[in-house]
This record gives sequence, structure tokens and C-alpha cells, in this order.
Amino acid sequence: MSVLEIKGLTVQVTTDEGQKDILRGVDLTVKAGETHALMGPNGSGKSTLAYAIAGHPKYLITGGTVTLDGQNVLEMSVDERARAGMFLAMQYPVEVPGVSVSNFLRTSITAIRGEAPNLRHWIKELKEAMAGLQIDQQFAERSVNEGFSGGERKRTEILQMEMIAPKIAVLDETDSGLDVDALRVVSEGINRVIAKGETGVLLITHFTRILKYIKPDYVHVFYEGRIVREGGPELADEIEANGYAQFVTA
Amino acid sequence: MSAVTEHEVSLVPPTDHSPVIRSLDPSDFPTPTSRDEEFRFTPMNRLKDLQTGAVVATGAMGIAINKVAGVEFAEKSPKSTARRGFTDKAAAGAWSLIDDVSTLTVKANQSIAETVVVSLVGSNAVSYGQLDINVESFANAVIIVDHIGSATYAGNIDINVADGAHVTVVSMQDWDTGTVHLGHHRITLGRDAYVKHVSVTLGGDVVRILPSVEYTAPGGVAELVGLYFAGTKQHTEHRLFVDHSVPHCRSNVVYKGALDGVDAHTVWVGDVLIRANAIGTDTYEINRNLVLSPGGRADSVPNLEIETGEIVGAGHASTTGRFDDEQLFYLQSRGISEDEARRLVLRGFFEDLLLQIGVPEINDRVRDSIEERLAAAV
Repeated sequence: MSVLEIKGLTVQVTTDEGQKDILRGVDLTVKAGETHALMGPNGSGKSTLAYAIAGHPKYLITGGTVTLDGQNVLEMSVDERARAGMFLAMQYPVEVPGVSVSNFLRTSITAIRGEAPNLRHWIKELKEAMAGLQIDQQFAERSVNEGFSGGERKRTEILQMEMIAPKIAVLDETDSGLDVDALRVVSEGINRVIAKGETGVLLITHFTRILKYIKPDYVHVFYEGRIVREGGPELADEIEANGYAQFVTA
Repeated sequence: MSAVTEHEVSLVPPTDHSPVIRSLDPSDFPTPTSRDEEFRFTPMNRLKDLQTGAVVATGAMGIAINKVAGVEFAEKSPKSTARRGFTDKAAAGAWSLIDDVSTLTVKANQSIAETVVVSLVGSNAVSYGQLDINVESFANAVIIVDHIGSATYAGNIDINVADGAHVTVVSMQDWDTGTVHLGHHRITLGRDAYVKHVSVTLGGDVVRILPSVEYTAPGGVAELVGLYFAGTKQHTEHRLFVDHSVPHCRSNVVYKGALDGVDAHTVWVGDVLIRANAIGTDTYEINRNLVLSPGGRADSVPNLEIETGEIVGAGHASTTGRFDDEQLFYLQSRGISEDEARRLVLRGFFEDLLLQIGVPEINDRVRDSIEERLAAAV
């Protein structure tokens, strides 16, 4: 079973005022089959953690380690990380004009699996995955994220996750901007991946509402660039009841 | 798209667009220099003196056309003097140096399903040409003018679209290296006439195309679409002039180009004039450039001059940038290598435009050409 281990991770970004520390020593272990919720107020550094793990060039790793099954993730290029089994569902997926969803996914799957999928299987696989997320089949031929609503973008992110079947999936505020119906559909997609037991999920969220649909095994509270509290699902109930203030003053 | 500082994007204030000189006689024009506004971006020393309108022809372009019912073609028809004057010395020069005119006529009321392909083949000579495309009333056709081979060529295309006619004219500049091509493409639209003029410039050392649109009656619609790819030391220039002199006409301009290699230079100038009487005009123009490697230069100059406020809309946009880092990150985060991601983005950049051009015959050729040149550049 795969294991993502983050130890003592510190990260800076460049701002107009110079280098700024965002992550101040993050320790977190996610194993395949486990679901972790990482919760925290705005500006706590949750998204930075997600993008730093994925290798976004904007973030400078100043200390600590990230390994996937013992392999040094931080030494890998962005695409190598994905091929090693990492996946990031983005909060704001970008548009790629002129590249169809179908072409994009096929190129991605080919890169990750190391060979082009059999065409007939591929079409069936894509159709089923799209149907599962209630995505209109026409979206396969539309440009990636171009003109998509917020909900359509998030569904497409989860579509990619389902088809890629990563070892570790980091979902960055996948619930943000979703109406109730879309939240349910997207959650069902995430739960299908969880149910297979082969993917470790790190669910980053500000609110507790997605946790009504997705039951985490562990909850981590993130504040000022580090994890300040850890526990089981009951921790989410505490946040639901009392907000983040209790951790802020702690 | 991210902003680029390595090369220049120039903006000049609008000028008076009414061409001062209109003539069929090149001697009526002063010899252009790089101090002239129209030539400020043009490498004059690489034009092989074609701009003088006085270089003697040393050969002729080969001309071939597929035979299509409803379309008449005469390679050599008499050169009538009843013709509007040109606004460019090289264009007038070409006119003065030819003995006859090639004429393609789409007969009235004919809807031509098959794409008409006129091939103009250079033979390493100095050549001149005048092609008239006459689309008679209520006719409908798609015409490709394919410039291939190697040449030093000044050639004009006059496209006359009669009332209610609908035509797509694609001018492919797919020249071999060493070619210098100056071309003036003049479009005249009748009542409710529609033209989609497409310029695809892939090859040649220096290619300078001047598409212009005149409306003669209300309801005319012009779509001007351009696609270009300039490699090392290639100069690709498109200067457009849309003259809204008639009420209730539309124009839409979309030009997209990519530059790759040292001293790749692209120029796009889009002049749109809405005259005082052209009420109800609707116009928009956009130019986008993608700079793939350092050392290239893209000049992009939209000029919109509006003499009446009673219009439907008028706008312009121009962007020049490198690959969008966020797009590349997104694609790479899905396991796609950086090289492949760049290819996807570039292909996508042009794919939109190919869709808009809507002439399947050219799609594979444009795609293959760009892929080939990218592969060669790596």
C-alpha cells in the first residue's frame, strides 16, 4: 500500500515584500485507503501545502521532506510526481483553449499508464465516468474548462481523478462554489474512489459541509502554516459547532 | 497569457487612414522607405526591391486549378484599365508589369460544394500576378489560393463579392525558403454580401499581405482571419484596412500567430475606420501572439478610428505572451511532460482558429507544418 509522508515541510513564496514563510513545519502521513480532512481558516496555508506537494514553481521548499513510498517527491518534476501516483484536484482549474477534454484526458492517461489505452475501452471508460458525474457527453469535445461553470470544472477535476486512479489524491477545496446537487454528485465520485481502497485522499476544506457526504478517518486542523490539532471525525463536529477560534487562541 | 518583456509590442496613435494616393501607375507613388508609417516594421533591404514596383519579371508563376462545375477560370484574360487605383506602390507595380489577368468567376446563384483550389507555383523567378475572384450574386463558394514553391512575387487578388453572395477565400502562403511575397488583397462587398478572408502564412523569408475591405451597400459582413507561424529570421506581416463607409455593415478580425526562433518577426496592423455615415457598424478585431522562444519580436497595432457614435459596437484587443505557466503546470500535474504540454497548448492555440476558418482541407496541412517546424526547432 502506498504512503505519502510529509516531514517538517517548510515553504516560502516570493511576495512584493520579499520572501514570506507560509508553511512552518508540516508533518502528515497519508496512506492509501485512508481519508484525511485538512481543515483551516482562510490564509492558513492549506492550498500552499497542496501546490507545494504537486510541485508548483511558485513555492520554494526551504526544509523538510516529502516521500511517496520512500521516493523523494521533492526531486521530481511536476509531471514525474503525477506519474508516480500523485494527483491534485485544483481549486481553480485553468482553461486550456483548443484542447478537448477527451484529448487532454487521453494524453494524461497515456502518460500515467505508460501506454495509450485501447480506443474502444477508452471511449467506454470515459463515457461511464462522465455519466457517473452527470457530465454531459458533449463536454468530451469541449476545450478543457473553457466556458465551464465552477461546478462543471470541479466535476471535471473529479472525472480526472476517477480515471487516473492515483495513489494519493489531494483535493484543494473541491467543495467551494458548489451548490447542493453538485456537491452531492462530486462527493459520490470521491467516495467511489475511496471505496476502492487504493487511493489515499487528503481533502482540504474550509467548511465542514462536504464532510456530511465524505467521512474522513482523520481530521487535521491547520493554522499559520502547521497542523495544530489532530483527531477523528469528531473534530470536524467541534469545528462545525465552535468554528476555528478555539484553535486560533490555543 | 503572461506578459512578455523580452520583445516589443508597439502601439502608435491612430493616423488618418484615408489613403492619399490611389493609382494604377507605380510612378505616382514615392519609393517607400523605412521612415514611412506603412513600412516602419518592414525589412526594406530584404524585399529584393519589389517595393519599387520596377523590378523586371524573370519568369511567371505556374497556375493550376481544379475543375469545378459552376466555376469559370481564365488564366489569361484581357487587362482592362477600368480598375480602382491601388494604394500601394508594389501593388501598382505588379499591375503595371503584367500583360493579363487571371479571372475566377463563381456563377450567380451557384452553391459550390467542392472547394476550389488555385495553385500559384513559384519557379525561383521574379514574377507578378493579378487574380480576380468574382463571386456573382447569391453564389456560395470556398476558394483556396495556394502559394507554393519559391519566388520573388508581387501579386494582387481582387475579390468582388456581389449582392447576397457568400464566399470564403483562403490565401495560403506556404512558400519555400528564400521567397519574398508582397500581396494586396482587396475585397469589395455588395449588399448583404459575406466574405471570410483567411490568410495563412507559414513559409517564405518575407511575406507582407495587405488585406482591405470596402463595402458598397448595407448588410455586408467581412470576417478576416489570419494564422501565421514565423521561424528564425522569417518576417511575416499582415496589414489590414477595413473601411466602414456604408451603414449597417459588420467586420470581425481574428489573427493569431506564433513565433519561434531568433529574429522571427511578426507584424500585425489592424486599421478599422468607421466613417461618419457608417451608422449601425459592428466591428471587433483581435490579434494574439504566442512567443515560443527568446529572440523573436511581435508587433501588434490595432487602430480603430470612429467618426460616428451611432454604432452597434467597436472594439479591439491585442495580446502577446509566452506560454502560460499555469496552463503548463496544470497539464504537467496530469502526468504530461513539459514538451508535450507545450505542444498541446500550441496546437490548442491554433485549433480554435482552424475551427473558425472551417475549411477542413487546410487543417492537416497547417497542423503538420507547425508540428514539423516545432520538431525541427527543438
